[in-house]
Amino acid sequence: MVNEEKIIPDDKIDLRGVLCPINFVKTKLKLEMMDAGQVLEVILDDGEPLRSVPRSIKEEGHKIIKVENIENAYRLLIRKA
Amino acid sequence: MAEKTATQRIDFNELKSGGFIKQNQKDLFTVRLKVPGGRITPDKMMKIAEVAKKYSRMGYCHLSFRQSVEIIGVHIDDFDTVVKELAAVGQKIASCGPRVRVPTACGGCEYNPNGIMDTQSKALEVDEKFFGIPCPHKFKMGFSGCPIDCTRTREMDLGFQGVVYPVWGKDLCNGCTLCAKACQEGAIVPDKEGRPIFDESKCVYCGDCIRACPTDAWKDKKKGWLVRTGGKHGRHPREANEVLNFLPDNKVDDFVAATVKWYKENGKPKERIGSCIDRVGLEKFKKEVVGAFLKA
Ligand code: HEM
Ligand code: SF4
Ligand code: SF4
Ligand code: SF4
Repeated sequence: MVNEEKIIPDDKIDLRGVLCPINFVKTKLKLEMMDAGQVLEVILDDGEPLRSVPRSIKEEGHKIIKVENIENAYRLLIRKA
Repeated sequence: MAEKTATQRIDFNELKSGGFIKQNQKDLFTVRLKVPGGRITPDKMMKIAEVAKKYSRMGYCHLSFRQSVEIIGVHIDDFDTVVKELAAVGQKIASCGPRVRVPTACGGCEYNPNGIMDTQSKALEVDEKFFGIPCPHKFKMGFSGCPIDCTRTREMDLGFQGVVYPVWGKDLCNGCTLCAKACQEGAIVPDKEGRPIFDESKCVYCGDCIRACPTDAWKDKKKGWLVRTGGKHGRHPREANEVLNFLPDNKVDDFVAATVKWYKENGKPKERIGSCIDRVGLEKFKKEVVGAFLKA
């Protein structure tokens, strides 16, 4: 990943073990409570969640600024639109 | 004997269009209603319910496998009134027999996140232009919005399935690997920097990579229809042949017209287009129908 600067998330949510589409709904609700420009950290399982949640976030207009592999899961940073 | 008096009582042209199917029960028919693409307004649904309640002598409707509503057990004496009452909301009768049937379609792209092409408006358009044209045998068409192919275009005499061609631009890519994760076909593998290596031979043109990419490094270069011909179900199913990819949206009608014309010229009575293709050869179909669309 070519993205060096360190970004500190304003809030985080761990969605390991949470299924589609609840994981997306939880992400959406969390984002709704934040301010535009703030950054949310989301931990997602590999597979279906990683396939579906990022694209739904994109469809809602938010920006995924970082994706990182952590053991058996993925850490996403989302900037609220 | 009943038949004879019936001829005098009903508008026979209406029967010939084929939407009235004889039942086991004496003088009772199934009235098959036209619901192109399976989309129906609440007004029509309410009218159908009202008519069915009055005229179904068996007390129910059936949702057919090709998305039409069937009113079961309509007495032959009631045909005229049923047709008239339904016409008040523009509800038409469907067809059966050797002719172009009502096309089926999935919900399409207006509200389905996977949809690539607008199946609903295409199904309506094709229905308006081609419905009821006599053919050697039945001729069924279907439209799927994307490669998930809910409409099962592989079983259609002529099927259209939405496709999108993805192109990647290196400038916007940040190497996040989400596209490789999104691709369920293994057509994208990340390189050492996480950037995609695209293997088009595995791509089914679903566009998941485009939807997943957070930086818009993947874009759609073009959209269109993958065309399949010769599919059928029934006693001896036959999977359709893929005959063309990325047919432009505005060429669909021409393709249907060319295929139906070819089928009428080449098909024997009671022969589906798939069997006809098996008999005369797919190459002949490709040369005489598909050829004209290849440079589109
Ligand atoms: C606004 C929200 C959504 C809508 C309106 C929606 C709608 C649909 C529709 C219409 C289909 C096609 C179903 C069919 O006819 O077979 C579908 C398929 C599917 N959706 Fe969604 N969906 C939404 C969100 C999601 C989310 C958040 C997930 C998972 C995180 C998801 C996962 C799937 C999967 C796995 C399929 C099946 C694909 C297949 O058959 O291979 N959807 N969705
Ligand atoms: S074929 Fe694709 S667009 Fe149509 S309903 Fe199925 S998933 Fe949605
Ligand atoms: S269009 Fe679909 S199959 Fe082709 S590379 Fe993208 S995700 Fe994979
Ligand atoms: S999803 Fe987009 S940004 Fe991420 S690796 Fe693929 S092309 Fe690059």
